[in-house]
Amino acid sequence: MHIVTFTRSTPDTAAKVEVDGNGAVSWGDAATVVNPWDEYSLEEAIRQATNVKGDTTVIAVGGDLHNDSLKHSLAMGVKNAVRVNADGLDMTDSLQWASLAAAAVNNIDDCQLVIFGKEHVDVGSDQVTYQTARKLGWTMLSYVSEILELDAEGGTIKVEKTVEQGKQILTAKLPVVISVLKGINEPRYPSFIGIRKASKATIPEWTPADLGIELPASSITHDAYNNPPPRDITSEIIEGETIEEKAAQLVDKLLEEKVL
Amino acid sequence: MIDINPRAQQHSDIRQAIREICRAFDSTYWQSIEEKAGYPEKFVETLTQAGWLSVLIPETYGGGGASLTEASVILEEINRAGANSGACHAQMYIMGTLLRHGSDVQKQKYLPPIAAGNLRLQSFAVTEPTTGTDTTKTKTFAEKRGNRYIVNGQKVWISRVQHSDLMLLLARTTPIEQVTKKTEGLSVFLVDLRQNAGKGLTVRPIKNMVNHETNELFFDDFEIPADNLIGEEGKGFRYILDGMNAERILIAAECIGDGYWFIDKARHYATQRVVFDRPIGQNQGIQFPIARAYANIRAADLMRYEAAQLFEAHQPCGAEANMVKLLAADASWEAANVCLQTHGGYGFAVEYDVERKFRETRLYQVAPISTNLILSYIAEHVLGLPRSF
Repeated sequence: MHIVTFTRSTPDTAAKVEVDGNGAVSWGDAATVVNPWDEYSLEEAIRQATNVKGDTTVIAVGGDLHNDSLKHSLAMGVKNAVRVNADGLDMTDSLQWASLAAAAVNNIDDCQLVIFGKEHVDVGSDQVTYQTARKLGWTMLSYVSEILELDAEGGTIKVEKTVEQGKQILTAKLPVVISVLKGINEPRYPSFIGIRKASKATIPEWTPADLGIELPASSITHDAYNNPPPRDITSEIIEGETIEEKAAQLVDKLLEEKVL
Repeated sequence: MIDINPRAQQHSDIRQAIREICRAFDSTYWQSIEEKAGYPEKFVETLTQAGWLSVLIPETYGGGGASLTEASVILEEINRAGANSGACHAQMYIMGTLLRHGSDVQKQKYLPPIAAGNLRLQSFAVTEPTTGTDTTKTKTFAEKRGNRYIVNGQKVWISRVQHSDLMLLLARTTPIEQVTKKTEGLSVFLVDLRQNAGKGLTVRPIKNMVNHETNELFFDDFEIPADNLIGEEGKGFRYILDGMNAERILIAAECIGDGYWFIDKARHYATQRVVFDRPIGQNQGIQFPIARAYANIRAADLMRYEAAQLFEAHQPCGAEANMVKLLAADASWEAANVCLQTHGGYGFAVEYDVERKFRETRLYQVAPISTNLILSYIAEHVLGLPRSF
């Protein structure tokens, strides 16, 4: 069985992202990092592939910015990495993204399981997860908190999902796309040997032509980006003899401002 | 702020990986370990599982096959991040004696599990209470009886014994009065600590000024299988000398990491701390000591790379290895003093970490070799001056 997972490079979550003087989104010279949610999907892909003696491939959609995350994935222990890119790709167009992602998965032999992290932290969205499953025509299981059993021979997967009301145990026939939550595992750190191997690796780039598809035309135009308006904030330090006195004053002020 | 290490882009993948690990073991972690005088188990386990402590083991035994320069960058970055390599650095280099002088059987038996992180060999019992650095006067004696050696004697300042599975031991196997040269008649043994608790080996921890696990060892008819002799009997002194150059270069890298940490901490504080309506770093009385300490760290760093390159080229590097240990230990201690002084009273507060790192870096003036003995080495072996002792 081949297990596929996805990753992407995102601005460091501590970086200040803003619109620059040219109207473009910028995070200055801050480094990019692996999308933090992908740490868990990468770890889970490695673990599950080890259990079923299968293979692993990590895919990134987009430009060579994402090679860093692919190499990080290889250093963690994923066996293969590939980047999918296309002229005219709009990374904010989820239909384009999912079309490339699904075509790349279809290009990998014996892939039965695709694992996504919960979301892409830079855009705060997980819609490409569902769209990729839809393009593949596979079952989608989101917010998986534990893979209870991956039965390669029987062709099933049993998972625990976290839902608003509690936990849900589900069994589905493979192939399946899942997204995993933060607590599913403790991601490993890249090893020295892994880093050394990754540094020598060449990341292949697949194009729509390689995958036998045409990139759907984007229906999105980017008219303008604007920084949020400056917030009018005033601060006041509440004085008082005791904690109780200060707390009472705070409550009064919150009631006065109709916060409570 | 910019990275004050101009070589930060060299081996950047190693540096980033170590920094990522160290981020998970922050100031709070080290303060809590210190408070309970504990061992940083989780930190060491994390480094071990990712293979960072076995990088110097050749790939044929499952190790990383790293160069000494790469290994030194790992230890530098650990200390640069505010952590302390001293808890586990020896796991990286003590195996060198086994690698260079052990039999094929010993290497096949021990190196793969060490590389896999399943065996800890991070203790080397050399120093004795009455001999200090005068190693040829070692009194601990291993007498051969049949297929085993019986050991009697005492060692002191033996680190990480309680967190090791294996330990190397230097003992006399021929009395000093029976050898032609006093460096002869010493042998190195591999001691399996797991199977020998309470069987003639007593371990007594020594409380000390840093949170460092170090011990006195008492051997009382302690048995070691003859198969655990490393190399040839009587040649142990040469074997331990072999490992010292690597050790000194690696320890120097830790000092350099400390130095960059202190400088970073001092300049940050000097920039933020406002007294008399301006940052204290605007005063040359604050600036100059920081600048001078930084220059000395940079100089030591250059010597580190030279020493490591000579080592990797199998060129004589005793002088450079000793000098970088001297320069780096002096520079990190200077930086520690400057950092503490810059922080004023806050430098003594535990939450700033300065006082902890200050104590830790002071150790490098003494261990694993004292500064004066390095000066003696340079005077005698590099400058040709008469031997002073």
